[in-house]
Amino acid sequence: MTQTETTTAASGGGERADGLLAPVPDDDGAPFFAYAARGELRVQCCAGCGEPRFPPRPCCPHCQSFESLWKKLSGRGRIWSYVLPHPPLLPAYAAQAPYNVVLVELADAPRIRLVGNLVAAADAALNSVPPERIRIGAPVKAAFHETDGGLTVVRWLLERP
Amino acid sequence: MGAARATATLKDATAIAGIGQTPFAKRLPESEKTLACRAILAALDDAGIAPSEVDAFASYTMEETDEVEIAKAIGAGDVTFFGKVGYGGGGSCATVAHLAAAIATGQASVGVAWRSRKRGSGPRPWTNTRVQLPTPAQWTRPYGLLRPADEIGLLARRYMHEYGATRDHFFNVALACRNRANQNPAAMMYDRPLTREMYMTARWISEPLCLFDNCLETDGALACVLVSAERARDCRHRPVYVHSAAQGLPAQHHGMVNYWNDDPLTGPSWTAARRLWKTADFGPQDVDVAQIYDAFTPLIPLSLEGYGFCARGEGAAFTEGGALEIGGRLPLNTGGGGLSEAYVHGFNLITEGVRQLRGTGTAQVPGATTCLVTAGEGVPTSALLLRS
Ligand SMILES: [Zn+2]
Repeated sequence: MTQTETTTAASGGGERADGLLAPVPDDDGAPFFAYAARGELRVQCCAGCGEPRFPPRPCCPHCQSFESLWKKLSGRGRIWSYVLPHPPLLPAYAAQAPYNVVLVELADAPRIRLVGNLVAAADAALNSVPPERIRIGAPVKAAFHETDGGLTVVRWLLERP
Repeated sequence: MGAARATATLKDATAIAGIGQTPFAKRLPESEKTLACRAILAALDDAGIAPSEVDAFASYTMEETDEVEIAKAIGAGDVTFFGKVGYGGGGSCATVAHLAAAIATGQASVGVAWRSRKRGSGPRPWTNTRVQLPTPAQWTRPYGLLRPADEIGLLARRYMHEYGATRDHFFNVALACRNRANQNPAAMMYDRPLTREMYMTARWISEPLCLFDNCLETDGALACVLVSAERARDCRHRPVYVHSAAQGLPAQHHGMVNYWNDDPLTGPSWTAARRLWKTADFGPQDVDVAQIYDAFTPLIPLSLEGYGFCARGEGAAFTEGGALEIGGRLPLNTGGGGLSEAYVHGFNLITEGVRQLRGTGTAQVPGATTCLVTAGEGVPTSALLLRS
């Protein structure tokens, strides 16, 4: 994905029509969102030593190789931690507060923990899972949500809803 | 100090000779530049040093008053050293450390460090979210992880889960700071006692963190004056020596969202601590009073572990039994800290450390001769060991 396409996909410089923020991918991170748009959870791995790294960046901290590839993961993980933000918040977030933000430890790459939202369905609201259902250690699986700006973000569903 | 020595040691080579501050309030009428000048001139007056003798400046990259303007306004002389330290509250102690290094190596003789901020009446950093989005916030902000409280809340929840820390432990921290503020007429919370009932029923900011787990929003400025140890002995007050100093940026660290390294619960304090103690003549057990960066209450147990006051996972339990109160194992944030005195990116922790070692604290630890001061945990940080 080129920088131009990235900018287009994130239309409006990060703010969506619904008022929520859309990611503004940089050159290193753009492939993550390109794969997400295809329904794939992939992370950047070193083409030399194979180590995954996150957030994406130009070279490998282990072997300093500049060659990388994007490895497809199972999309499974566990909740490592979570918070429930309350106002004061940006207006679109305040409207859904309290909502959850989860940190998901990936089953195939345990040191990579993705910030996201636990939702009842891929396109459901940020607060669609009742807080009492959220537990550290709960198994989750990736879901893909196309935002109204056309960019796809990864969200999380409980394995045992 | 011999300027020519190639391997100058920092240990006790310099001292804080003056401290100054403006009032602290939610809203002050004067500009940040005016407040900075007032604090700096007060610190120079406290030291008994003329502004024209200032030849070094250090502050934070987030400081919006720059040294050129300050030097002009206060009437500084020729300035031969100036620098700024990044990462918000992580820079506080490093401003002093950079001046100490400059003075110990003969690059300057009178240094001023300062922080002036109108956070109470000005914009808050998280509201300017859009410009932060490209990197690394593209991975966090869109999901509603908008504010520092949300970012630290994730660590706090995990810490509670792994080690059995409870809200009562966080309350112990909030209460110790508030109790000290109740003894400090300059503190914003001087006349506002805190009870457990108030804490437990307070509104949430980011569960598991409530209102009282968060620092204040303050307008104000502070400054300190650093000179050689030799010169400090001729100044107005008992010198407070910079015994050891360190910065800390751990391997694979990410500021505020330290979620992607092996162990997010060992933050920058661990890195700074290793260096800090390595060059010190004493250890954590010898610290009489601590000023530990408290933008959020959970940072205290994490820092207690990082700086070696207890073992990994024991920071919450350390706060029990009045340990952080006057007379306890480690009296903490004796001016009220960021939670209850003022939140000016931690600079008030430095000035309070100086007061304690002068013996002039409003909640004085009797006979205190050693003090640990730390900067923001969760971001690349810094720390000082001060002694009298
Ligand atoms: Zn590699």
